Amino acid sequence: MSELEPTGPPEESEPPSGQTPSVAASMALKQRAGGLIVPVLTAVIAFVIGGLVVLATGHNPLLAYRDIFNGAGLNWIFHPTTNVASTAAYNLSQTLLQTTTLILCGLAVAFAFRCGMFNIGGQGQYFIGLYTANWLGYEFQGMKPLPHILIAVIGATLAGAAWAGIAGVLKATVGAHEVISTIMLNWIAIWVGEWLFGDGGPLQNAANPTVPISNDVANSAQLPVFWGQKELQGLHVGFFVALGALVVFSLILNRTTLGYEVRAVGFNPEAAAYGGINVRKNLVRAMAISGAFAGLAGALDMLGYLYHFGQSDIPASSVGFLGIAVALLGRNTAVGVGLASLLFGALLFGTTHGLQSGVSSIDPELAGNLTYIIQGLVVLFVGADILILSVWNARKKVRLRGGRTAEAAA
Amino acid sequence: MTTSGWTDRIDNPMTAKLRDPATAGYTGLLLAAFAAFLAIPPIEARSIVWSILVGLIAAFLGVWTASRGRVRLGIGAVVAGLVGMGLGILATHSGTTNLEAVFNSSLIAQMFAFSTPLVFGAIAGMFSERSGVINIGLEGMMLMGAFWGVYGADKGGNWVVGIFVGALSGALLATLYAYFAIHLRANQIVGGTAVNFLALGITGYFFFQLYHGNYVSQGVSTIPNVKIPFLADTHFLGPAIGDLNLMIWAGFVLVIVSYIVLFKTPIGLRIRACGEHPRAADTVGINVFTIRYGAVILSGILAALGGVYLSDGFGGGTFNDNMTEGRGFIALAAMIFGNWRPFGAFGAALLFGLSSAVALRLQVYSSSASTLFNVLPYVLTLIAVGGVIGRTVPPAADGRPYSKQ
Repeated sequence: MSELEPTGPPEESEPPSGQTPSVAASMALKQRAGGLIVPVLTAVIAFVIGGLVVLATGHNPLLAYRDIFNGAGLNWIFHPTTNVASTAAYNLSQTLLQTTTLILCGLAVAFAFRCGMFNIGGQGQYFIGLYTANWLGYEFQGMKPLPHILIAVIGATLAGAAWAGIAGVLKATVGAHEVISTIMLNWIAIWVGEWLFGDGGPLQNAANPTVPISNDVANSAQLPVFWGQKELQGLHVGFFVALGALVVFSLILNRTTLGYEVRAVGFNPEAAAYGGINVRKNLVRAMAISGAFAGLAGALDMLGYLYHFGQSDIPASSVGFLGIAVALLGRNTAVGVGLASLLFGALLFGTTHGLQSGVSSIDPELAGNLTYIIQGLVVLFVGADILILSVWNARKKVRLRGGRTAEAAA
Repeated sequence: MTTSGWTDRIDNPMTAKLRDPATAGYTGLLLAAFAAFLAIPPIEARSIVWSILVGLIAAFLGVWTASRGRVRLGIGAVVAGLVGMGLGILATHSGTTNLEAVFNSSLIAQMFAFSTPLVFGAIAGMFSERSGVINIGLEGMMLMGAFWGVYGADKGGNWVVGIFVGALSGALLATLYAYFAIHLRANQIVGGTAVNFLALGITGYFFFQLYHGNYVSQGVSTIPNVKIPFLADTHFLGPAIGDLNLMIWAGFVLVIVSYIVLFKTPIGLRIRACGEHPRAADTVGINVFTIRYGAVILSGILAALGGVYLSDGFGGGTFNDNMTEGRGFIALAAMIFGNWRPFGAFGAALLFGLSSAVALRLQVYSSSASTLFNVLPYVLTLIAVGGVIGRTVPPAADGRPYSKQ
C-alpha cells in the first residue's frame, strides 16, 4: 500500500535499511542464503507444528500422517502399477489431478513475484478461466474435438490474462497496489460466478432452471483421459500441459528478452527504467501472463474433470490461494513449483477424499483443516526466512561445538 | 517500496481536476438527481434496482468526498443520494407489497447489523496501518473471534466470557503476526495471507474437534439487544434503532473514541508518527516496536470483536466454517475508502452494510439484482484504489518494516 501515491515525505529521507526489499529481491536473497534448506526446513517445521496440533487434540500424528500419505496414493511407489483398480494408483492419479491445477496456480503467483508483484488474485483468475471454459465448452456443440478444446482453452487463458491485466493496468497507470486490486477482483469474480450460475443467470443449467449449477461441457470439449476412467475422474492430458507450462515458465524467464525485462523490473524498477526498460509495459505484461497461467488452470479443470460448476462449488474452491503457498515454498522457480505442487496436491487429496472415513486414524474434516494450518504455517515461515535460517545455523553451531568438545576430549 | 520515477502520475490539468475531492462530491450530487429521475420519462426504468444503485453510488461518492477534506459537500452528496434514491423508488410505482418488504424501518436496523463487523474491522485495520503495519489478516482475526467468542460464551455460560475469549484469540493471532511483521521483518502481505490461512485452519479444525461441525449447542448466551424504553414502541424509530444489539452501540462508541485517541491524544500522535516516519519517531524517543506491537494487537482485538458480534450477536450463538466470508476484506476496503480515517471508514462501512442489506431484500425481485449489490463494495473499492477519482493517501511508511540503527 506504500506505493499508492507518491506523497508524504520524500523517499530519500528514509535510509535504505528501513525500506522493504522488493519481494523479488528478498527472494533472491533467500536463493543465495539457503538453497534447498529453507524450503525443506519450512515444510518440515510446518508439518511438525501441525502434528503437535493433532497430538494436542488427542490423535496420533504419526498415524494421521501415514494415513494422509496413503490417502494421497504416495504409497504407490512401494508397489507401482498403472491399474487404477488398485487404491494406491487411483489415489495417486487424483493427487496428480490436484497437482496439475496447483502447478499452474503456483506459476501464476510465481511469475508475478518475479516481476516484484504479489498476485493474490490467482483464485479470481482461476474462476474466470473456469467460467469462460464452461461457456465456450457448452456453446459450439457438435464441433470437432481438437478445435473445440483449443477454442475453450485459449479463450479461458486469455480471459484469465485479461482479469489479471486489470490489476496490472491499474498498477502501471495510477500505481494502485496490486494486492488490494487483486483481492477486490477475487471477490468480484466470486460474485460474478454466483450471478452466472444462480437463478436466471446466463450460464445456469438450461434443463433444470431451479438448480444453481452450470451446463455440462460438451463431449467434444472434454479433455482425453490417459490414466483411469473418465467417469471416475481419471487423470487427463492437462497434466502434461501443466508440466509443459513449467518448462515454458522457465524458458520465458531465463531465455527471453521478455523474461529478462520482467526480472529486471522485479529486482529494481528504478534501475530497470534507467536501463531503458519500459517498466509500465512489463508490469502489465507480467500480470497478464500470470493471469494466463491461472486461467489455463481453470480451463483444464473445467474441461478435464469438472465439466460443470455450481454456486455451492465456489466457496469450496481454494486452489488459487494454495498457489500462493506453492509459489513461496517453491521459491518461484519451475522445479520448486513442481515439487511444492506435488506436496500440496498430495495434502489436498490425501486429507479429504483420499482418507477413508471411519477407517483412518483422523477424520477427513479435521485433516482437511490441517491442510489449511500447514499451508498457513508454510506461508508464515517462508515469509520469515531469517527465523528458518537462524534455526538452521543454530543447528550447525551445536554440531560445531559438539565436534570441538569431542576433539578436546580426544 | 519506491514511488518516484515510473509511478509518477500524469498530472495534466484534466486528471488533476478528476482527483479533486470536490469533483467526486459534485458527481455525487448529479448522480443523486439522476437517481430520482431514473423512474420518470424519458428513461422510465421499471425496476427500483437502478434508482437504488445510482443513489447508493452517489452516497458513496459523498463519503469519499467527506473523508478527503470537503466535509460539507460530501455529507450533502450522501443525503442527496439517499433522498434521490427514495424519490426514484417512489416514482417507479412498483408493486407496493414488494416495496414494503424491501423498504421499512427495520432496513436501518439491518444496515447497522450488517455494518457492525465492518466497522470493527475497519477501525482495527486503521490502527494497525496508521502505525505502519499493513493488516491483510483482518479476515483471519475476525474469524478467530467468531469461533472462540461463541466457544467462550458456550463453555463460560455467559456472553461476557465469550467477548473476552474472542478478543483474546484475536490478540494471540495478532501477536504472532506482529512478531513476524515487526521483529522478523517478514513481508507483511505474505504474513497477513498466512494469518488468514491459519485462522481458517484453526477455527475449522477446532470447530470439528469440539462440536463435530454441527451448530453450536442451543441455549448459548448471546450478546443482548439494548431496548431503549421510550423509543422501542415508537412508530418508525422503534424498529430502526430502538432495539439494536449492544455491539452495534459499542461500534458507534468505538468510532468516536478511536477518533479522539488517534487525533487528540499523545498516544495517537505516536501511532501516526510511527506510520508516517518511524525514523523521526525513533529519534524523539518513541519506541517504534512497542507502538507497532500495541497497534497490531489492538487491531487483532478489535477485528476479533467484530467476529464475536458476527457469531454471538448477529448469528445468535452459532458458528459455521469460514463464517466471515470475506467481511474482513470488505472492512479493509471500507478503511481504504474512508481514507484511513475513523469517520470515513465508518461511513463507508455503513454504506457497505446498507448495500448488503438491500441485496438480501432485493431477492424478492430477482437474484441477479441482489448480486449486483453484493459486488458493489468491491467494484467501488477497485475504482477507488485505481485513483480514477479523488485520491487515497495511506500512511507514508505503511508496510515498511522498521529496523533500529
